[in-house]
Amino acid sequence: MTEIWEGLTRAVGLLISFDPEVLEIAGRSLRISGTACLLASLICLPLGSSIHFHHFRGKRVLINIIQTLFSVPTVVIGLFLLVLFSRAGPLGELGILFTPAAMVIGQMILITPLLLGLTISALSGVSKETVDTATSLGASGFQTIWLVLREARYAVLAAVIMGFGRAISEVGCALMVGGNIKGATRIITTAISLEAGKGELELAIALGIILLFLALVINIVLNRLQQR
Amino acid sequence: MKGDWLKIALVVLVVAVIALVLVMVLGRSGQTEPEVLRVATTTSLDDTGLWDYLEDIFEERYDVDLQITAKGTGMALELGMNGDVDAVTVHDPAQEATFVANGYGVEAEGFNATRIPWAYNYFIIVGPEDDPARIGGRNLTPEEAFQRMQQVGEDVPEAVKFISRGDNSGTHGKEKAIWASAGYNYTTGIVGNGTADGWYVEAGTGMGATLVMADELMAYTLTDKGTFLAYQGDLDLVPLVDTGDILLNVYRVIICKNGGNPEMANNLVNFLRAPDIQALIAGFGVPDYGEPLFYLHHPEICG
Repeated sequence: MTEIWEGLTRAVGLLISFDPEVLEIAGRSLRISGTACLLASLICLPLGSSIHFHHFRGKRVLINIIQTLFSVPTVVIGLFLLVLFSRAGPLGELGILFTPAAMVIGQMILITPLLLGLTISALSGVSKETVDTATSLGASGFQTIWLVLREARYAVLAAVIMGFGRAISEVGCALMVGGNIKGATRIITTAISLEAGKGELELAIALGIILLFLALVINIVLNRLQQR
Repeated sequence: MKGDWLKIALVVLVVAVIALVLVMVLGRSGQTEPEVLRVATTTSLDDTGLWDYLEDIFEERYDVDLQITAKGTGMALELGMNGDVDAVTVHDPAQEATFVANGYGVEAEGFNATRIPWAYNYFIIVGPEDDPARIGGRNLTPEEAFQRMQQVGEDVPEAVKFISRGDNSGTHGKEKAIWASAGYNYTTGIVGNGTADGWYVEAGTGMGATLVMADELMAYTLTDKGTFLAYQGDLDLVPLVDTGDILLNVYRVIICKNGGNPEMANNLVNFLRAPDIQALIAGFGVPDYGEPLFYLHHPEICG
């Protein structure tokens, strides 16, 4: 039990001293998950709105599939991408296996169902009258989408925050497709896995606390935006 | 209105493609970065810290970014087969031979061989201090020790457990070889019956993690001496059987035919066998652990 308290003190020590290795992996975690979240949001917010507003056969089924995909294990995505990006595989020529680019793609795939599903949910919360009023006042499709997204912005931003959380906390995909290479693809979560496996429990706990601390800082910033 | 939705879907598709292309282009800015050599290593070399020790020296000497990924020998050879790494450092003669026989290795220049030994140590059987299976201090061969563990474990699984790496690693390969040498059918006799009886535990983790598990469960396990020495300070396990020809553990490097950088891989081979680096390897860990974790390549021993 003392490991937890010692982990906490170790975390504070690492943060205050700006330990270079910790800074490196923390920066990489933020860059990879931030990029993945941003790009996935740019794709999923419009796409989710589109799905929400468009009535087509199989829409219920599609939403069901999206929600089922919330449960895809991260390591399975990692395996799929490992085979895809392997030099012996179909996209091997791209040469992005064991690079942060592959990790970004992996996390994008991971959080896309989440962002889609939660955006659709968020938009369902906007009353139909709002949409009808907009249409009757002559709003185009684009304008209506923008209006509704703004109406639901609180819930939509919550979806983005959740997407980021899912991305920055995952291990399986990053481990498989990144290889946990020191100085190249090691991030906080894969480092935790490594250190815990080596029996360095204190350090592993410290890294976990640092990750939570980073998430807290980001949340505070995003919450400020949410309230504007 | 319907037309608008289709337009949106198209826009999204275009954004997605641009995003993916951006990610891949930005992630590959290879022109301004140093050359890369990727090596897949067995976990026991990584857990001991040897690679960390040698990495900077190699990078400086050859002006290259050495990227090491640590996996079990099985996975390392798989990566080598696909060309996702340029070289592998492993320690499973059976799997290495298959790898080379299938044509995935390249002869190293100046060595007249594809599997190049560069260091060795020994495997040892470690276990709890009170040694319930009574295998320590009795001059048992490794095979006899394994027999005792199986026999006592079968009777009293609460007291005697053996943790296997269970992951097709070099250590796992050696373990299987010892069971075979002791006359057991590994799949049915050990894995099948052993797991059912409760004394045989398949961990599926790296060497360090397996040692930690054995320590927690007060169980026996097979480990290479290097990793054990590196972890000894934190463990209550003690070495119980450490003599026997079968326990020899030779680390070899193989250049991967499908890899992207055969020239630099050759440099790695030369590096690992260079006299000054060999001296460093032999001295590695001595100040911290009192004895060497690895021994220099010796043609008579390593072949």
